Amino acid sequence: MMKHPSPRPPRLQGASLRAGYDARRVLDGVDITIAEGKLTVLLGPNGSGKSTLLKTLARTLTPSAGHVYLDGQDIHRSNTREVAKRLGLLPQGPVAPEGLSVKQLVGMGRFPHQGLWQKNAQQDAAAIREAMAFTNVTEFADRNVDALSGGQRQRCWIAMVLAQQTDLILLDEPTTFLDLKVQVDLLALLSRLAHEHGRTLLLVLHDLNLAAAYADHLVMMRDGHIVTSGPPSDIFTAENLQRVFDLEAHVIHDPESGSPICVPRKRHQVASEPGVVV
Amino acid sequence: MTQSSTLTYESGANNESNRLLHSLWLLSLLLAASAGLSLCLGSFPTQPLQVLSALTAPAHSDIAFIIWQLRLPRIVLAILVGAALAMSGAILQSIVRNPLASPDVVGITSGAALAAVLYLTLLSTSLSTLLSIHWLPAAAMLGALVSALLVASLAWKNGISPSRVVLVGIGLAAAMGAGTTLLIVISEDSAAMTAYVWLTGSLYAAQWGDVMGLMPWLLAATPVVLAFSRHADAMALGDQVAEGLGVPILRSRMILLGCSVALAGAAVAFAGGLSFVGLIAPHLAAKLVGRNLARLVPVSALVGALIVVNADLLGRVAFLPKDLPAGIFVAGIGAPFFVYLLHRSRGRV
Repeated sequence: MMKHPSPRPPRLQGASLRAGYDARRVLDGVDITIAEGKLTVLLGPNGSGKSTLLKTLARTLTPSAGHVYLDGQDIHRSNTREVAKRLGLLPQGPVAPEGLSVKQLVGMGRFPHQGLWQKNAQQDAAAIREAMAFTNVTEFADRNVDALSGGQRQRCWIAMVLAQQTDLILLDEPTTFLDLKVQVDLLALLSRLAHEHGRTLLLVLHDLNLAAAYADHLVMMRDGHIVTSGPPSDIFTAENLQRVFDLEAHVIHDPESGSPICVPRKRHQVASEPGVVV
Repeated sequence: MTQSSTLTYESGANNESNRLLHSLWLLSLLLAASAGLSLCLGSFPTQPLQVLSALTAPAHSDIAFIIWQLRLPRIVLAILVGAALAMSGAILQSIVRNPLASPDVVGITSGAALAAVLYLTLLSTSLSTLLSIHWLPAAAMLGALVSALLVASLAWKNGISPSRVVLVGIGLAAAMGAGTTLLIVISEDSAAMTAYVWLTGSLYAAQWGDVMGLMPWLLAATPVVLAFSRHADAMALGDQVAEGLGVPILRSRMILLGCSVALAGAAVAFAGGLSFVGLIAPHLAAKLVGRNLARLVPVSALVGALIVVNADLLGRVAFLPKDLPAGIFVAGIGAPFFVYLLHRSRGRV
C-alpha cells in the first residue's frame, strides 16, 4: 500500500464542451465534474442544454469541441462496450418493443458483460434478480412491459440500467409524465442508490422542488452555460431562480427536512410591479 | 418471498426455451411432411413406396429421374428460398423497428426485379449472343445490391435512421417498379412473358445448380446474424438505450443490413420476385417465440420454408397440367395479411 496515493482522476468530467445539433449550438463551453457517490441534478429552462450536456457526458452525442473524461480517458475515443461496464444511461422516454417481458428488458442490461463466446449465466441471473428486487418489479417479471403503468414501466427501465452494474448512472428526465407520488418514490429509490450503494447519479429533472429535496448537488444551466452549482441549501435561492429561470418566487424551507422550496409569486403581483414587461 | 420470486424468474426462462424447442420441432415435422407430400405428388403419378425406393436406391429409371432431377431440387430450393426471405425479413423488421418492413417494401426485391427484367429484355435483343440466361441470378443480385446501397446512402444522415430507410425504400421501390413496367411494355412479347413469370416468383425448372448457388449465402449469413442478434435486440430498445448499453450501433446495423440484403438478394436471384414471404413469416414466427432475434431467425426460416414449399406444391398440382408460379399463392395469402397488419396497427405510433 502506498502512503501517498497519487490523486485519482475524477470519475466523470467534461472539459470546455461545445455541442449541438446540426448548425444549432446548444452547449457553449461547459466545464463540469460529477461529484462521486452523490445525486446530482441538472436544472434549467427548456433549451438550456441540460439534456444535451447529459447526452454528451453519456457519449451518445459527440461534442464539436472539448472532451469528456471517464476515469481520465476520453470517453468518445474509448471502446463503447468497456464504457458501458462503468457508465449506465437511461434516455428520455424510452419505449419498449411490443411483447417484451420485464425480465427480458432487465436482462438487456447485461449486454456489455456478455461476449460472443463467454457469458457468465449465474452472474447475469444474480445481477438481474438483484436489480428487479431493488426496483420492486420482481412480481411483474413475466408480464409485458407495455402492459404496465407508467411508474412500473419506469422502474423496469431503471432495473435494466441497474443490471448493467455500473457505478455511474445517468438518467434523462426519469420522472417526466408520472404522478407526483410515483415521482417521489422513484427519486427516493435513486437517492438510496447514491447514499446506500455508493453509486454516482446524474439526473435531468424538471420539477424544481423535487430537485431541491432530493439532490445532493444542483447544477443550474441557462443558454448552454452553467450559471451556478452547489448544494441546494446554498444555491436554491430566489436570486438564482430569477437568474436561471426568469422566475419570480419566494424560497421557503420545509419545516420537517429543512430543504428549500420555491413558491412562485402570483402573476398579478408581478404585473403590478413597475418596469416588468408582461 | 425472495425464494418464490427466484423460482418464477427461472421457470420463466425455461418456458421460453421450451417454446422455442416445441416450435422448432413442430415446424420441422410440418416441413418434412410437406416436403414428403410434394415429393410424391406431381403431373407424373408416383406412389410413396416408389418415391422411397428411388430416394434410397437411385436407379436409371423415369421415377428416379423425376424425383432426383425434377422434384427434389425444386423442393430443396423452395426450402432455401423461403428460409432466406423469411430471415431477411426478420432481420429487417428488428433493425428498422417497423413491423411493415420486409425486403419487398424497402426496395431490395424491386431492385433485383428491375435488374432481372432489364437483363431479360437485353437477352431478346441483338446482344443475346453475348449473354446467357444463366447469368440472370447474378444480374438480379447485382440489382439488389445496387438498390440496397442506394437506399442506405439516400437514407444516410449522421448514421442510418431506421424510419428513413423505410421511407426511402418505399419511394425507391415505387420508382423501380415503374421502370420495370416500362421495360416490360416496350420489350418483345416473349421476353415480357418470361419477365412476368420471373416477377411473380417461380421455382419452375429448378436445378441442383440453383441450390448450390443459393446455399453458400445462407451458410455465410446465418452465423453472422446469430452472432449479432443481441445487438439487434438492444437496438430494438431505441438507439440511445442501445448506445448506453455499449452497442456499436452503426457497425452492427450495417452488418445486419448487409446480411438481410444478401439473403433477400440471393433468394430473389434464384426464385424471382416472391413477395410477402419476408413480411409474413417473421410475423407468424414472432407469434410463436417472440421478437428475440436469436429465437426469431430459426423459427422464421422454418415458417418461410413451409410457406414456399406449400405454395409451390399448390402451384404444381392444383391446376394440372398447368404449373403455376408459387408467387401467386404466396401473394394470395400475403396481400390480405398485409391489409390485416395495416388495419391492426391503426392508431398505434
